[in-house]
Amino acid sequence: MKDWRYWLAEQRGTLLAFGIFIAMFAIYSGNHPAGFTANVVQTAANKGVLLAFVAMAQTLVVITAGIDLSVGMIFTLTNCMASWLVIGTGLETAFGVLAVLGTGLICGAVNGAIVIYGRLQPIVATIATGAVFFGLALLLRPVPGGSVNEDLADFLTGRFFGVVPASLVALLVVVLVIWVPFSRSEFGRAAYAAGSSETAAYMSGVPIRRGKFFAYVLAGLLASIGGLFLTFFTYTGEAAYASGNAYTLFSIAAVVLGGVSLFGGKGSAIGAIFGALAFRTIGDLLFVFDFDPLWQPLFQGVILLIAVSLGAFALFRVRNRLEWFL
Amino acid sequence: MSETTLGGLAGRMPKFIRRADPAVLTAFACIVILLLLGSLYSRSFLSPEYLLQQLKVASFLGVIATGMMLVVLLGQIDLSVPWAVAAGAMMACAAAAYGPVGIALAIPFGVLCGVAIGIVNGVGVAYLRIPSMIITLATNAVAQGLMVVYTGGFSPQDSATAAMRYLATGFTIPAVPNAVIIWALIGAAMVFILTRTSFGRAVYGIGNRERAAYLSGIDTRRIVMIAFAVSGGLSAFGGVLLAGYASKAAQSMGDAYLLPSIAAVVLGGTSILGGRGSYLGTVAGVILITLLQSILSVMQMPEAGRQIIYGVVIVAMLLLYGRAPASR
Amino acid sequence: MDGTAPLFRMEGISRRYGGVRALEKAELTVTAGSIHAILGENGAGKSTLIKIMAGVVAPDEGRMTLDGSEVTFASPAAANQAGIVCIFQELSLIPELSVADNIVISNPPKRFGMIDRKAQRRIAEEALARAGASDIHPRALVKDLPLSRRQMVEIAKALARKPRILILDEATSALTAADVAKVFEVLKRLRSEGLALLYISHRMNEIAELADHCTVFRNGRNVASYPAGSKSDNEVVELMIGREYSHIFPPKPTFAPAATPVLEARNLCWADRLDNISLSVRAGEVVGLGGLDGQGQRELLLAFFGVLRGLRGDVLIDGKPVSIASPTAASHGRIGMALIPEDRKTEGLMLPMTVRENLSFAALDRLSKAGIIDRTAEQRLIDDMVGLLAIKTAGLDIPVGALSGGNQQKVVIAKWLMRQPRIILLNDPTRGIDVGTKQELYQLMRKLADAGAAILFYSTDYDELIGCCDRVLVLYDGAVKRELVGDGITEHALIASALNIHGDDVRIGQGERA
Repeated sequence: MKDWRYWLAEQRGTLLAFGIFIAMFAIYSGNHPAGFTANVVQTAANKGVLLAFVAMAQTLVVITAGIDLSVGMIFTLTNCMASWLVIGTGLETAFGVLAVLGTGLICGAVNGAIVIYGRLQPIVATIATGAVFFGLALLLRPVPGGSVNEDLADFLTGRFFGVVPASLVALLVVVLVIWVPFSRSEFGRAAYAAGSSETAAYMSGVPIRRGKFFAYVLAGLLASIGGLFLTFFTYTGEAAYASGNAYTLFSIAAVVLGGVSLFGGKGSAIGAIFGALAFRTIGDLLFVFDFDPLWQPLFQGVILLIAVSLGAFALFRVRNRLEWFL
Repeated sequence: MSETTLGGLAGRMPKFIRRADPAVLTAFACIVILLLLGSLYSRSFLSPEYLLQQLKVASFLGVIATGMMLVVLLGQIDLSVPWAVAAGAMMACAAAAYGPVGIALAIPFGVLCGVAIGIVNGVGVAYLRIPSMIITLATNAVAQGLMVVYTGGFSPQDSATAAMRYLATGFTIPAVPNAVIIWALIGAAMVFILTRTSFGRAVYGIGNRERAAYLSGIDTRRIVMIAFAVSGGLSAFGGVLLAGYASKAAQSMGDAYLLPSIAAVVLGGTSILGGRGSYLGTVAGVILITLLQSILSVMQMPEAGRQIIYGVVIVAMLLLYGRAPASR
Repeated sequence: MDGTAPLFRMEGISRRYGGVRALEKAELTVTAGSIHAILGENGAGKSTLIKIMAGVVAPDEGRMTLDGSEVTFASPAAANQAGIVCIFQELSLIPELSVADNIVISNPPKRFGMIDRKAQRRIAEEALARAGASDIHPRALVKDLPLSRRQMVEIAKALARKPRILILDEATSALTAADVAKVFEVLKRLRSEGLALLYISHRMNEIAELADHCTVFRNGRNVASYPAGSKSDNEVVELMIGREYSHIFPPKPTFAPAATPVLEARNLCWADRLDNISLSVRAGEVVGLGGLDGQGQRELLLAFFGVLRGLRGDVLIDGKPVSIASPTAASHGRIGMALIPEDRKTEGLMLPMTVRENLSFAALDRLSKAGIIDRTAEQRLIDDMVGLLAIKTAGLDIPVGALSGGNQQKVVIAKWLMRQPRIILLNDPTRGIDVGTKQELYQLMRKLADAGAAILFYSTDYDELIGCCDRVLVLYDGAVKRELVGDGITEHALIASALNIHGDDVRIGQGERA
């Protein structure tokens, strides 16, 4: 086989997600009353990018065969934090951004430490830490409010050269600065290896724990970037329980749509980004077709249910039934 | 291992203590400490009225945690609790709007809706082998979607039936709230199922080692499926009671029960990895959580502080009991 | 030998697992530039030895020296660092990663802190070429490769680590004949480059072709060390025998077996592990499954018990074809089959649960009415079983994990006897249990057969097969190679046919390959 075929096989999940996204977005913009305009793209990008960041965060953890049910709450917490700190002079704003990102890192590190070094199940551990993160968010913003450096916010949510949505550029930068180095580092590979087969990884002398820990920490960071952008879009901070939970949930859907295996070891954050964008677009399709927006949660839930059930087909290839019970 | 020495030592103790593991005793000790701390704050903490009131509040969580425990014993988890609770409440109230037949069938209808959610979970986990946290999150989303469509996004206007209100707030035996009696009945049934039936044995067996259970000729998939259905049904029944308590259903009324139900089960010494745990522990966990909530609210601790304290307490307790064995 | 200083030496190495000794004061000397074959029957201690060398397990006592200085390995990585690389039987490749990723996994080339994918590709291509497997694309995912290709990747991966000592543990077992020839070329070249190679194989012809030096292990000790070619296969088999016989077996009855077999298989095939197996077991008969470990015996038992999917061929019960789709179907109703599984700790018992709960677990349907357990009936049956098998336990309500290995195994057997099975499949039931309990199990097995059960008994201990079985089928590569009956069941015949050489007239180079 030729090299490009292997590349194609490696990227199949990502390309599929990309395809779904393009198809959905074509339908969406084709039926949008305003059509395919810079404005429509910008609005869609700004909505999609938020989920894309959270989905990237979820991808990192899912690759290690774990799950992070606190990503949505880190997202909410950092949103509340940014609504206090990312304000004032340039220097103050910069400090605020760093503080917000640092908070994300710490949240991720706490999750990682509890799961890896404390040897707790990721589900329960991250539900519990999620409660703590939400509590902190509520402490910061008992009622919605606060503000943000509007110049920065407008810059990052506007358009470059009148056409390119700034948020997409920011997403690209984050991919290049965080995801690409991680996926190509030894730790990234260790995360994949640990997710795919922990025993084989151990036998091969892979730094499993550090790889996994890194994944959790960067997941916290990515979720906090999402939280920062949420603040840029809304100009406020809000400790909204339902919204935090929804982001966690949608991040799982996006990850699955993006071809990332929930059993670990397989997939890429790029795929998850397209999965997120596709998921958002599918959700918004209802609007352009004039459906009652009330149907949106059901519609999204059904997409999620179908997406997670697709993975089950591998089951029918299992020939020794004892393999069901690994 | 300490289990052998414990076994020898415990052999002389009464049976229910012998079966209890240290986590359960710790949980009860925490309850006593909480009560003492509370009584320092206010005299009324030790009054029978206050305690009965707490038991009544605890019984809603108790019913829901019973289902959660069954699933956790299998080594699974049910994250569809929030909307199974809400669906049970809303559907029971909705049925009540359909005349006398609707009123009569309100409670079973609500519970059946929860069972349906549980069956979808069970099929996903047992037959499609989707990780339980994922499929239950997904069914939770679908249930939420269905309820939003049904209610139009507002709190439903239908109100609870008299029967629901009677179950949640009435008194059959003087001074003992009906909710407490219901929890006691459901608890007793669960204890019987877990200890005296082949289903209960199979649940523990699967939780310990599904492979061994399967090779022992147990139809493991059917058991898992039933357990999820029961969990869904009990969540919905909890919702029915809550609706009776508040006289009507509300959006997101179940959100406040997910974490506490998991926490109650885990704090009661049930292993999150499955296979180990007693109902007595869950009772202790439920009371512990309820008292903690009550004390925090008496102290006027804001919601934020409560969330943080839950999270920290759960992680801390898990680090004490719930750790996976070290590798190698 | 030849005055060259040994590269690596192990002295007085012992290792116990629980109460069972796997290695007892074992010695091994490895010289650079030679291929050293290690021989021994199942459980002779070979795998423990190499696991110690490769840093997977730590020895209880003894010392290892490399280049004359003492070494200890805390992990496989540490052993790799010292230049000892092992190719394990169970693959250590990561399925979702590419071939190149796997080859460099333990020490990827880096540029600016990131993995240099070009360099990685180059290293992988070189290693694959050295392993004679340049047909494998470095970007292919390991999970998409067939087993024989994976094994080649495993070899390439080992070579990329630039080992000084390379250990091959049954590394050729999954390879095709063409691959084996290539691998042999590679190994010979490595030898000429000055590597020390340790080669563990059961294929006598391979050893004859490759090895410079052989060491035979028996009962956890090295019993003989000799230059390759200085002993005939027959002599080697004799060295591998010589076990301590301490078992007393119940007398075998002479009986006229019933006409219709209770359990019968016709042309059973499954994946590439079971190859056209036909056999029959009659009531009252103990039929043994012999052969080296991992020749399809376990899969055969699982196939009967309804665990395997995609089985081809027929299974007949009482002469009638049946299709068994689950252990539930196999054990319930008319079929009445029981399987004593391979690993009692993960497949036979729920260790934290009580003795009582474990004992009644397989018979819950019989012990309950309308789903409610009849505790009197349960108690009665459990008392019977505890009496019948003389299970020593401090009580019925203590965790079964607190019992000794032998008593745990008795519980596994008792839990199935509670169903009064007609067909009993035993998967190496005496592994890791004490001699006394073994004796009791032999007696029990015969007693059950005399009471009319049909027993299919897989054991890795040839002594047991000789002592217990009326007939023995020897498996090799998933196929029945030989059937031994009555007095024809001798250790010599068993080992020879397990190695797939002809026992009566041993000549070199008779190995067959599919």
